[in-house]
Parts: sequence; C-alpha cells; structure tokens
Amino acid sequence: MSDSVPNEVSVNINGAEVRAKAGEMLIAAADRAGVHIPRFCYHERMSSVGMCRMCLVDVDTGRGPMLQPSCMVPVAEGMSVDTQSEDTKRAQEGILEFLLVNHPLDCPVCDKGGECPLQDQTMAYGPGESRFVEEKRHYEKPIPISDLVHLDRERCILCDRCTRFADEIAGDPLIHFTERGNSTQVLTFPDEPFSSYFSGNTVQICPVGALTAAPYRFKARPWDLDQVESTCTTCSMGCRTAVQSSRNELVRYLGVDIESVNHGWLCDKGRFNFEATNSEERLTVPLIRDPNDERQLLGSDWGSALANAAEAILDAGSDGIGIIGGSRLTNEDAYAWSKLARSIIRTDNLDAQLGDGLPAELVHSLPPATIADACEADTVLVVGPDLKEELAILHLRLRGAATKGHTKVVEINAAPSGCEPYVERAIRCGSGEAAKYLGEILNSDDDLATRLREGSVVAVVGRSSMAESDHSSIAVAALIRDELPHATFLTALRRGNVRGALDMGLAPGVLPGRTAIDNPSSALDDIWGYTPSMKGLDTTGMLQAAAEGKIRTLVLLGADPLSDFPDRNLAAEAIQRAETVISLDNFLTASSAQADIILPTTAYGEQGGTTTNLEGRISRLTQKITPPGSVRDDWMIATELAWRLGGDLNLTSKEQIWREIEQVAPSHAGVTVERIMSEEAREGILVQESSVEYIFPSVQEPPIADGYGLRLISGRKLWDASTTTSMSPSLRPLAEAPVLKVHPTDLQRLGILSGSDVRVISTRSTENLKAVADESLERGTALLPFNQPGFGANRFIDATAAVNDIRIETL
Amino acid sequence: MSEMLGTEIAHAAGFIANETPRIVTARFDYEDSFTLERYEITGGYQALRKALQQAPEDVHKEVTNATLLGRGGAGFPAGVKWGFCPPGVWPRYLVVNGDESEPGTYKDRLLMELDPHQLIEGCLIACYAVGLSQCFLYVRGEMAVAQERIARALNDAYEAGYIGRNILGSHFSVDIVLHWGAGAYVVGEETALIESLEGNRGMPRLKPPYFPASIGLYGQPTIVNNVETLSNLPWIIDNGADAFTNIGTETSPGTRMVAVSGHVKRPGVYEIVNGTTTFRDLLYGQDMCGGIRDDNQLKAFVPGGGSAPWFTPDQLDLPFEASQVGPQGSMLGSGAIMVMDETTDIPAAALTLTKFYAHESCGKCVPCREGGTWLEQILRRVVDGRGSRRDLDLLIEVGETICPGDFPHAAVPSKGIEAKPFPYKMTTICFVGPSAFAPIHSALTLFREEFEAKVAGNDDRVLIEVPVNV
Ligand SMILES: Cc1cc2nc3c(=O)[nH]c(=O)nc-3n(C[C@H](O)[C@H](O)[C@H](O)COP(=O)(O)O)c2cc1C
Ligand code: SF4
Ligand code: SF4
Ligand code: SF4
Ligand code: FES
Repeated sequence: MSDSVPNEVSVNINGAEVRAKAGEMLIAAADRAGVHIPRFCYHERMSSVGMCRMCLVDVDTGRGPMLQPSCMVPVAEGMSVDTQSEDTKRAQEGILEFLLVNHPLDCPVCDKGGECPLQDQTMAYGPGESRFVEEKRHYEKPIPISDLVHLDRERCILCDRCTRFADEIAGDPLIHFTERGNSTQVLTFPDEPFSSYFSGNTVQICPVGALTAAPYRFKARPWDLDQVESTCTTCSMGCRTAVQSSRNELVRYLGVDIESVNHGWLCDKGRFNFEATNSEERLTVPLIRDPNDERQLLGSDWGSALANAAEAILDAGSDGIGIIGGSRLTNEDAYAWSKLARSIIRTDNLDAQLGDGLPAELVHSLPPATIADACEADTVLVVGPDLKEELAILHLRLRGAATKGHTKVVEINAAPSGCEPYVERAIRCGSGEAAKYLGEILNSDDDLATRLREGSVVAVVGRSSMAESDHSSIAVAALIRDELPHATFLTALRRGNVRGALDMGLAPGVLPGRTAIDNPSSALDDIWGYTPSMKGLDTTGMLQAAAEGKIRTLVLLGADPLSDFPDRNLAAEAIQRAETVISLDNFLTASSAQADIILPTTAYGEQGGTTTNLEGRISRLTQKITPPGSVRDDWMIATELAWRLGGDLNLTSKEQIWREIEQVAPSHAGVTVERIMSEEAREGILVQESSVEYIFPSVQEPPIADGYGLRLISGRKLWDASTTTSMSPSLRPLAEAPVLKVHPTDLQRLGILSGSDVRVISTRSTENLKAVADESLERGTALLPFNQPGFGANRFIDATAAVNDIRIETL
Repeated sequence: MSEMLGTEIAHAAGFIANETPRIVTARFDYEDSFTLERYEITGGYQALRKALQQAPEDVHKEVTNATLLGRGGAGFPAGVKWGFCPPGVWPRYLVVNGDESEPGTYKDRLLMELDPHQLIEGCLIACYAVGLSQCFLYVRGEMAVAQERIARALNDAYEAGYIGRNILGSHFSVDIVLHWGAGAYVVGEETALIESLEGNRGMPRLKPPYFPASIGLYGQPTIVNNVETLSNLPWIIDNGADAFTNIGTETSPGTRMVAVSGHVKRPGVYEIVNGTTTFRDLLYGQDMCGGIRDDNQLKAFVPGGGSAPWFTPDQLDLPFEASQVGPQGSMLGSGAIMVMDETTDIPAAALTLTKFYAHESCGKCVPCREGGTWLEQILRRVVDGRGSRRDLDLLIEVGETICPGDFPHAAVPSKGIEAKPFPYKMTTICFVGPSAFAPIHSALTLFREEFEAKVAGNDDRVLIEVPVNV
C-alpha cells in the first residue's frame, strides 16, 4: 500500500476498495461507502451488542468466507467482505423469518407502519411467506411504562436499543430485560416507571412499533407526514430536529444526528412541547384592555392595537421606555427589535435576559469553547445550574464524554445536581461562595489544582441559583480568567435563543455583532443612522425604574417577568405602576394577562430564520405550518411600529434581515445567507469573534447567614410551570408541586416533621409550603425549585440581595 | 465446625471405581474425604508446598508440559490458555467454573462434594503459576452440598494458612471467594459466568473482544477453568508432567471423568484413561457400565453432553480422543454419555433435549431465542402425531438458520450416510442455539424412519391465515 495513511485500513466491500478508520466496525465503514447492511440492534451512537444477527455478512480474513456480525467485527487491512453472498442472503431471510415468528403484524394499526425498519427490511430481504403456524407469544398490550411512553411487548424484537439507551446514554437504567428464552421481555422494575427526561429517544430508535409516545399515538400515519429540518429553541442547546406535521398541525419532532450538538438525541421537553404550538389557548388576535373595565381584555384589530402601542411608546419618550425579553425570538426578529429600539425609539433600555443570566459583556468577552471542546477537555469545571434540569442534552453529552473517560467533570455547587452520578468530584460550597471554594482548591496541593493549571479546562459557568445574584457567577469567571488563563468557557444560559438575542444587541450596552455601544461598526452607523451613546438599563434596572414611575411604557417581548424574573414582588410592582404594558406573546401568561396591549406572535414551527445556541452556533429554523388567526412574526410588528413612530426599519424579509446582519454585525461578517442556506449550516455555523471587553467589578463575599435563617437555593426543573410545558397537555402533569427541601437536622431543630406544611418567611413574602427532609443538602440551606405549578421561589427573592435567606416555622 | 457439615451424603454417590489409575478420585472411597484432616493425611497440600519452592514460570511450564486439556467442554490445554494473559496487566483473576449444568453431566459436582480441598489446592497452584491475585469459585446454585462443603473447606484452609496472606509463610497471597449461581444453564458459558459474577444478567459476551484471558472479570485478564481441570493440578505437581503424560495418549494424556446415564446396567461417574478407553470399554466393560440394561440392543448414545451430535453402535470403538471423535461428527464436550437402548422413542428423546436448550436460551440473540422455541414447537407436534412430512424438512430448514451449511453427524454405513466432521457454522452468539438443533439434526439424520412413522398419514400442512391482532 503505497498511499497508506496511519490509522486507516483498506477493506474490500463487494469488490470495491474502501478506506476505513482502523478499529471502526465493518457496518460503519460500509455505511460510509454507501453499502447498506441491514440491522436492527446496531446504533451508531451506542455500543454494539451483536444481538439481532441481521447484519451477518460474509467476511474473509484469509481463512475463507465466514458469516460474521458486521456490527461487531472491526475492519482489518485486507479484509474482504461480501454483503450479498448466498450465505448472507439466506441468513438475512432466516433472521427475518425468526423475527416475524412472534411478531403480531399489527401494521395496519401500528404507529410505526410505513416507516418501520422491520417492515422495510422484510420487504427488501425477507422471505416471501411465513411457515410459522403456531400460536404467537401474547402479552397485555400496550402497557404504559411512563407517563409518556407505552410498550407493546408483542411487537418488541428485543434489540436492546431502548434498554441500552436508558443505561448507556441516559444513565437511567430503569428498563431492562426480564425472563429468558422465548419469554424474554423488556420491562420496568416493579412500581418504578421509566421516568427519564430522555425517554422519547427510545421511541425514536425502536426499530418496530413496540414503543410509542403518548403525544403521538394514533395521531398520523407516516405517509401523511410532511417533514422539515429545524432546530429546537426550547433551551439554548439548539438540538437539531426534524419537525413533522400532518394537515397543518405539528405532530412529532425527531432528533437529527449532528456531530457538534445533539448526536440525534432530544430531551422530552424539547421533543414533546409541539403540543403548545397546537394549543387551543394560543392568542390569535390582538387584545387591548377595555377602557371601561380594567379587568377585561377586548379582541382588537392590528391597526388599532399597533396605533395604541405606538402612541404609548411616543408618550413615554426614549427614557421612559423599557423593552424586556427577546430570547424566544429568532435572530432576525431580535435584530429588528434591537434596531427599532435603538435607531427609532432611541433607547438602550432593552434586555433579553430576565435577571436570570449573566451580563452580556461578560458572555461576549469570555474565551469561547464548543461542546466538543468540553467533551475532550482534561477537565470540565461546572459552576452553574443543574445541567440535567436546564440544558438536558448538554448534560447528556458531558455524561457520555465522562463515562467514556474522554473528560473529567468537576462540579462546584451549593446543592446536589443531576450530574453527580458521573462527575469525578462534586464539591459542595456555600450558596454564592463557589469562587471562594475554587480559589481555595487552586491554592492547595490538591491534585485537581495541578490538573486545572496544567491541563485543558472548559468552564461551564452560569447561575447556580436564582436566589443568589449574578455576582457569584461573575466572581467565578473572574477567578478562572485570572488563575486559569488557558480555560475556555461555555456560558450556561438557558433560554432558547438567548445567545442569538445578545448577539443581536438585545442587551444594554452591546450592539449587534458583539460590539460595545460606543464602538458601532461603520456599516451599522450608516444603516441605522442613530445609536444611543449611553448604556441603558438591564431588566432589573428597568423593573426598578418602572416601579418608581420613571419608565412608563414596558414592552414584554415574549417575556413573563412575573414567572421568570427572580423577584416577583419587584416585577409585580413594575407592571402595576407602568402606564402601558405592551406584550408580544403566544399565550396569556401571568404577565401578558396584565398587559394593556397584547400582540399575538408566531410560535415555534411557524417561523423561519436562524437561531444561535450557547456556543454561538448559528443554525436554521424552518417554518413548517401556517400560523393560526392573524398572528405575526415579531420582526413584522417591529417594522409596523417603526412606521407608526415615523421611521422605517427598511426590513422586508428574514432573508433580507440576515443580509443586513451580516453587513453590520462584525462578528457575523462572512456568514452569508448563502452559507446559512447551505448544507454546512446543518451542523451550525460557529461564530466566536467578539470585540466586547468586560471589566470585572469587585465583588463582595456574601454575608454569613444568621443562626435562624436558611440560605435559599433555587434552580429550575426540566418539568416546571414554563409556558410551553403548561400548554402541552402531555407534559403539564409531569411538573410536580413545589416542596421545600431542608436537611433533616434543621427540621428537627425546629420541631418540624418531614412532609408537613410550614410557614416560610422572607423579607419579600410569607407563604405556606410543604417541607420535606433531604439528607443530601447541606445544613443551613433550603432548596426550592424556581417555578413549579402554583408556586415560584421568586416570591421570596430580593433581586438586589447577594443571597437570600428564609426562615421557616411550624404552622 | 461440625455444624457446617450440613446434610450428610451416605457414600460416594454416583461414583463407581474401576481399574483405571485414580488421579482426581483417589480420595472418593473415604467417608470423610471432604475434610481437611483426611486431605492432609492423604498427602494434601504437599503439591502446594512443592510449587511454592519453584518459580511460578516453572510451575506453569510443568502444567503446559502435562498437556492438561480443559474438562469444561472445549478441551483447550490449560497451560496454553494461562499463557494468553497479557503480560504486565494486573490485577488478574481466576474464575472456577463450577456451574456444571450440561444435561447428563454430574462429575464436577462429585469433585466439589467429595474432595473440595483438592480443588482449592488446584486453584492455589494455578494462581501461583499465573500470578492471579484473587480466585472466584462459582458453584451452581442448586448444588447445596457442594456449596456447604466448599465453604467449610475454605474456612478450614484459611485457618490452616493455605489461603490468605503469605500462604505457608511465603510471599504468595491469594483470596478465594465462593459465589453461588442463580440457576441458568447458559451461565456455564464462561463470559456469561463472568457477567453473572459481576452481578449482571447472565448473558454471554461477544468474542471478540471479550476473550476472558485478555478482557474478563471487571475488564481484567481472567482465567476461567473447569473444576475437574483444576482438580488435576495437585497430582500433576506432586507426580510431575511425565507421570501424567505416561497415562493416556500424547494428545489426550491423563484420565478424565465421565458421567454415564440412561439405559446401561450401572450408570454413574467413572474415571477413565484419556485417549485410549473406548465407548465400548465404558458401556460394556464389566468393571464399568456392564452393558445395556436387560441386555437390550444399544440404539444410540450422546457422547459428550446434551449438545453433542449422537453416535450409534457403529462408533462404539472410538476412543475418548477429540482428534478421532471430531472427524466422526461429534465431540467429547463435558464428558456426559447418555445411552438409549432399542426401546427408546428417538423423536421424543430429541424433544427432551431441544426443550431444555430452548428453555435455557438467554434470549440475547434472535436465532436461538426464536429458533429454539420454534424448533421445539414443530418437534412437539411431530412427536404428538400432529405433524406432517413437511415439518421434517422445516425442522432442518429452521435449524439451518441457526447453523448454516453442513451440520456434523455420524456415519451410518448401513444407509450409506457418511460422517460430517466438526465444527459447524453458527449465526448465534454462543453454543446454546446450535445445541437446540443438534439433537434434532442427529435424530433426523440417523433415524429418519422413526419420524416418518410419526407423521405417516397426516396431510401436508397448508399455510394458515394468521389473524391480525388488534
Ligand atoms: C453453553 C455453554 C455451557 C457451558 N457450561 C459449562 C459448565 O457447566 N461447566 C464448565 O466447566 N464449562 C462450561 N462451558 C465451557 C466454558 O465456557 C469454558 O470453556 C470452560 O469453563 C473453560 O474451562 P476449561 O478450559 O478448564 O475446560 C460451557 C460452554 C458453553 C458454550
Ligand atoms: S422495545 Fe423496541 S427498542 Fe426496545 S428492545 Fe424492543 S424492539 Fe428494541
Ligand atoms: S436540550 Fe434544549 S435544545 Fe435540546 S431538545 Fe432539549 S430543550 Fe431542545
Ligand atoms: S445462543 Fe442463545 S444462549 Fe447463547 S447468547 Fe444467543 S440467545 Fe443467549
Ligand atoms: S445489527 Fe449486528 S447483530 Fe444486530
């Protein structure tokens, strides 16, 4: 072999020479060479088990052809493979006949019918008829194995894909083979449902219709489905999806395998919340508050609603306006609003984050990492939210890398997280004190210090708790920048397109293209004509100003501060006091229900454009269905408002908007529409440049809790009271009622029985809640999820405090 | 410790002595053969002392020179297997396969019940020779007496300083752990046994990459040896490899234990000379089985455990020598001989065996899980007189999906059938799948007329419509 490349071997598949990676399985090499070998159990993202025997092919390694399972045989130099030999064909026919022996042939009523690998392979490789005349296996069918997934054991071909996924990928080994021989079956353990955040993936990878998803069962037949590729915007991970609809209704999302992000997996929240788009509760026409009855909202037309909105904006003047939200928007919509705010309304009071993130300048200035960087780093340092709850697929990727030994995850957190099963070390710190703990480790002779200083480090930094201010995260970032200058960062911001919104300048002090407000590009200056010179207010500042009467008109860009801002009291005061609240939303939320003008907008699946994930990776969204009623895209509302304010945004379509972004946003220069439309964009186009600098403020250590108080820790759960979950009938029941978790010793000290209701007192509010003992917590802390049905921790939190303490009493 | 003695068994149940040299059964005649006292006064643990005087490599070499063939079924030389441990990788383990459950096989049980110290001493010698730091003794779940006696023997041997730290004052330390199986035949397969030891469902691993010698228990190099294989070691070290190879033939030296069941006058476990004793010697010898019961005609016999293809009287003169039995279409396997006389209903006998393997399928791979049960269903209707001529072909065709190509079988000169040699091809992961087919294939090939008689007069079956389940 004159042209031999290291780590490459040459194998002969059906007479053609194929280059393969040394050590890769024959079936994968054949796939890349375009030779399809039928399979049921093999899955490229999981370990091979060689169980179904469908992939047997004739392999000759010099000792004559032998039937070998191609999913188990690594390629070897000089190997000669025949995937169409007589023996192979006979084996394939035989295996299919065996699989059909006990298969119920429910095809006409089976969800999988029409897209079923068993059907397809039977047609392609199977025998013409069955010789099986005995009674087939019978089981009760189907049985729910979780709230979302049903199992039909008669259809199951025992390929081990779902069970392997649960164990190997999700780390939730809650389904397993039981019994043996002919009675082998997949089952959950008694009384333990398959409640995994990732259960929907098993439905997607099941090669038959044995696993079905409650939200899709009997909704459509595959041949009625229309499909486009898109990107999930439920969180900022940006998983690649296939969006499927039938008769202009979204019916299913599937994960699409891209190397850089999700490897084909989706979390159940992202997978099943299409139900919200279809919801009957969607807003379909503009609403305005009844001038005669404050408690009423009246249906309106766009003309009047927009006229009212424009009037309120004009009335308030540049300084009297605050624009909150925008991370639900596509990049193009965000850009239109950024341009409207700055060049026409002439305000810099705008913020896509709701006091729950990090300063935009910080996000833009940290040396960036990719997810892949994290998965290969010597150490991933997680100082932020519980990734399993907030960025579920990032958790899955890190788990995969850690369990395969590609990286070591170290977490510093005040409360236990879902990542603990695979972290190398979980360092428990006081709330708000992560930087202090990290500093101590770095200055000790701990091996970890050496590894962090000498090895590669990716820091995943975000807000560990909504009950502490962003100062603790800023302190951590500052310390890492100082002490570990080689470290790169993933900012664990959660909301859908928050990164894209920041990139488009939906944050005070930063302009589109990751530039500071005092440093606009000349193209931006030309095209916008005007940019404010002073940095405006962030969400906390805007809400404070509104509560003090200084901001008179609040615009909520798909934002629900009453549910999502850490300090509900402040949000409520602001909304109360503001003269006009304009809300652009899909639903009546706690906040939009209080608004004076409500403009209904398109939802996921109804919009095209682009979105940007937490790495800064831009990928395409595809419109799949036409929106209900007269709802409009957010950018269109911006252009209409511009006209009514006497200006013109000169924006005519998402594509044209992107062309303008590419021109004015320095970080996005070169990311042309053509590239966005190309195949390259499937993996996403990574943008990492930035000219923003951040001057770290000096940060005070949080005060010590007094002897009576418990330090409140509050993070989000995957299943919470967020709008899309609440509006998805299948998901809503999964969000549990909130309970306050406290260390048993603390409960004992206060004479409180675990499970009883207690009075919870903070400087903000006094409420009754159930308290339960949890030994995994540190003494002196109390854990309360941020936003569960009926109750949010935001009632207790003072957004201006570094940390928040509560007291509890028996009723 | 007499309270640990538990259930007494009256005598060397099942073992029948003969004129053969007694290597592994030498102590079986003593009532207290399983005690440390008896073991010590009959020369026990001397081999260990002797081994500890030598370099481990020399002990290993002695065993290699003895050509001690594995007695678990595959007949692979123990000394060669030990050499497959990748150098420099630690820890490495010894796993003793005491899960004996091949139909007809009950020799390891006697070795464990009647001479547990001999097995323990064998384990210690192996550990010393290969540098194994821990030994796991996996005993079949149903063998309560064996478990009790091994447990007692381990305790006594620990107390006497034969096991544990600094054995007999040397630098050699090893621990032996007793583990009880949970009752699945397939766990006798070495990789399934390792899975089971690790606490998982007992299903075979795929080879490659999981050859236990390189990736075994907990991913470490692991030697898996059968109880009888290891029980030979004290004798070999005591008497030397030459003494061992002087018995039997060059390729199959020493003795081996065989378990005979079925229609002979004296079924039981025998120690026979390897390589030279023939099936005729065993079944008809006056010091052995003493002929067929009631002086009936021999019809067929299974020469090497339930999964072996069958022989007929035509093969009686073959010796216990793999290189001769293989070309004649069967294997010596686990040393179990099942004898069927002229009164045997051959299809029914095949069904008994097939049913066992179908039931014991672990369910991991499709051909065994689905094919095994299907074979059983077809054969059952044939045996019950509900089958058709077409079913006889179907049995072979279904079997060919499990084992494509020629399946080994014996010659039947009277019918002009020539032998097909070992081995066979298979689409399954382990040998359980093919084992469900082996009895059917043998029975149909050697005694087709008995099957035809069962289906005579029945119409060929037509395909029936399978109603759709809703
Ligand atoms: C289905 C199956 C069952 C087996 N059962 C046993 C058994 O019960 N006892 C045993 O020692 N070996 C059994 N073996 C063989 C073992 O896999 C392994 O080869 C043996 O324990 C190695 O020991 P040896 O080399 O000392 O013979 C079985 C193999 C197969 C495929
Ligand atoms: S339920 Fe589906 S994925 Fe799971 S083992 Fe059965 S066929 Fe495979
Ligand atoms: S992790 Fe985030 S982006 Fe991925 S599927 Fe879930 S919600 Fe969507
Ligand atoms: S051949 Fe049978 S016992 Fe062996 S792995 Fe396959 S299913 Fe399990
Ligand atoms: S795909 Fe290879 S055995 Fe199933």
